[in-house]
Amino acid sequence: MQPLTRVQGRAIPLGLKNVDTDIIIPAKWLKTISREGLGAGAFEALRAEPGNVFDDPAYKGAPILIAGDNYGCGSSREHAAWAMLDLGIRVVIAPSFSDIHSGNAVKNGILPVVLPQDAVDRLLEVAREGLEITVDLEAQTVTTPYQDRFVFEIDPFRKHCLLNGLDEVGLTMARSEAIGAFEAARAAAQPWLMRGTAA
Amino acid sequence: MASRPRTLYEKIWDAHVVETRDDGTALIYIDRHLVHEVTSPQAFEALKIAGRAVRRPELTLAVPDHNLPTTARLDADGKPVPIADPESAAQLAALEVNASAFGIRYIPATAKEQGIVHVVGPEQGFSLPGTTIVCGDSHTACHGGLGALAFGIGTSEVEHVLATQTLLLQQSKPMEVRVEGDLGPGVSAKDLILHIIGKIGAAGGSGHVIEYRGRVFERMTIEERLTVCNMSIEAGARAGLIAPDDTTFAYLKGRPMAPKGADWDAAVAYWRTLRSDDGAIFAKSVTIAAGDVEPSVTWGTSPEDVVPIGGRVPHPEDFADESKRVAAQKSLAYMGLTPGTPMTQIPIENVFIGSCTNSRIEDLRAAAAVLKGRRKAANVRWAIVVPGSGLVKAQAEKEGLDKVFIDAGFEWREPGCSACLGMNPDKVPAGERCASTSNRNFVGRQGPGARTHLVSPAMAAAAAVTGRLADVRDLV
Repeated sequence: MQPLTRVQGRAIPLGLKNVDTDIIIPAKWLKTISREGLGAGAFEALRAEPGNVFDDPAYKGAPILIAGDNYGCGSSREHAAWAMLDLGIRVVIAPSFSDIHSGNAVKNGILPVVLPQDAVDRLLEVAREGLEITVDLEAQTVTTPYQDRFVFEIDPFRKHCLLNGLDEVGLTMARSEAIGAFEAARAAAQPWLMRGTAA
Repeated sequence: MASRPRTLYEKIWDAHVVETRDDGTALIYIDRHLVHEVTSPQAFEALKIAGRAVRRPELTLAVPDHNLPTTARLDADGKPVPIADPESAAQLAALEVNASAFGIRYIPATAKEQGIVHVVGPEQGFSLPGTTIVCGDSHTACHGGLGALAFGIGTSEVEHVLATQTLLLQQSKPMEVRVEGDLGPGVSAKDLILHIIGKIGAAGGSGHVIEYRGRVFERMTIEERLTVCNMSIEAGARAGLIAPDDTTFAYLKGRPMAPKGADWDAAVAYWRTLRSDDGAIFAKSVTIAAGDVEPSVTWGTSPEDVVPIGGRVPHPEDFADESKRVAAQKSLAYMGLTPGTPMTQIPIENVFIGSCTNSRIEDLRAAAAVLKGRRKAANVRWAIVVPGSGLVKAQAEKEGLDKVFIDAGFEWREPGCSACLGMNPDKVPAGERCASTSNRNFVGRQGPGARTHLVSPAMAAAAAVTGRLADVRDLV
């Protein structure tokens, strides 16, 4: 995964609430066995509307997306994060995110920034003017050319992984001994738990 | 053990902590992992590239479901029918190859045990109370109906579980949805969960794990509990839970992968401890009066857009919050609905009975009870029943339910996810409506431009025979 430290650029002012992952990438695109090329299907239904923000030349290639409450709700499909990444989106700013999608985003080097609705509304205004927004993960700030400055919270582990582009699987595999000890204790106390399909 | 009273969620969480990190995340052991064809190929591919093995193959079960056509799987000679769509065929083949390469038990599409992962897990006794269960599918919340901590994960997490049998997680907050009193006649578990989502909203459970409490749930069958917990994700909660009890144990006893003999007794003794302690603190608590719940139906494109069947299509101005007004306007335009229209005047062209929410034997019985001796209305173009598994299908056929459906004008199909997400050939045409027993009414969910109204199985049957959304209580 590509590390993320600071992203500066224009932002797509979507603003909608409850943007579900079926909207981000419809099911017909999920038949792939690869992670590549999903940008072509990203936000397909919204992009079918004339004058939509995604195809507006003012926001072409913008690395930031601004949305409403509960962004990424619904399906757990990580294809949604892959599709966004393929469009060039590295940061999503919204008042809230679905739990599963925000985890998927981070694992693909996309930063979900949670800010209160009034801050999001202000950033939507700035984005609609076509001005650049700066997101600094190290400082945990979002700033605008008007000197707006919003501070956001992020889980320290997620921040660490994003800043360094870390592979979580590799990190956990290094804890194999602790996992083995847990499994051994469990196999002794509750052997039926460890049988699974072999029961 | 901790002396502080704990919620059921906290008890299951505590029992699975391998280690806690300084930053507050915990390494959580995963007891059961379900894998299907859509969200796993990239995870297996990553394992192959990194030269990693599956840590505990016996704790994972692979079943194809999302992509499978629901038409006949064997030809007249008993040979498997090839899958026409080359991408679907490749994805389904990849699951079989990956399961075999990594030593994971695989249930093929032609086996009677095949079905939707969330139907198969409980049915096989693979899903057990007090376990952590994950799957690359958000409706994994379903298994909470057995008292398991079950939640959906992304493909990177599928890879993480395959390689390490753990996940790195931040603990969610416990939330209580307490339902007081009893449901009225003709009101189902599906109506109740739709009503709850309508009350708390599509983000009402975000960051939380919901425990459903009250005698309504204690009196429910396991299949009803699975329906309730299944839709926890539609309220934004990652998981839903109902404490296991004698009903749960009776359901599981004797299932192929459930504990047996002395193990069974030890398991039940442990499962009996899995209840929220008196005085346990929930971060959030919501109380619902069961008597207020009527057969429920959705009007919009979010599962929170719920009204009772006796209600009307709302006006966008009815909503206090500006972003909801904008969303309601968009939803109404997409759904082709006029504010103020009584819900029972909305005509229906398609009916889908199926999905991990409502495709079990009790669901099929409830729909068949309404359809018996009746026929779908002339304006209902397409009506299908997709049983949740081959075993559900066989049981229904034993009871003659297939004949009731076919006589009523329904198509009787093979198991899978089908028109719930429109990934296989079963789709609702653009601009047409579908009374659907599934879980999501999102834009384009059942096919591009399709208009979904979420209902219970009995209500779907009522819509089929009247040709419009209808109150099933008027038909029984």
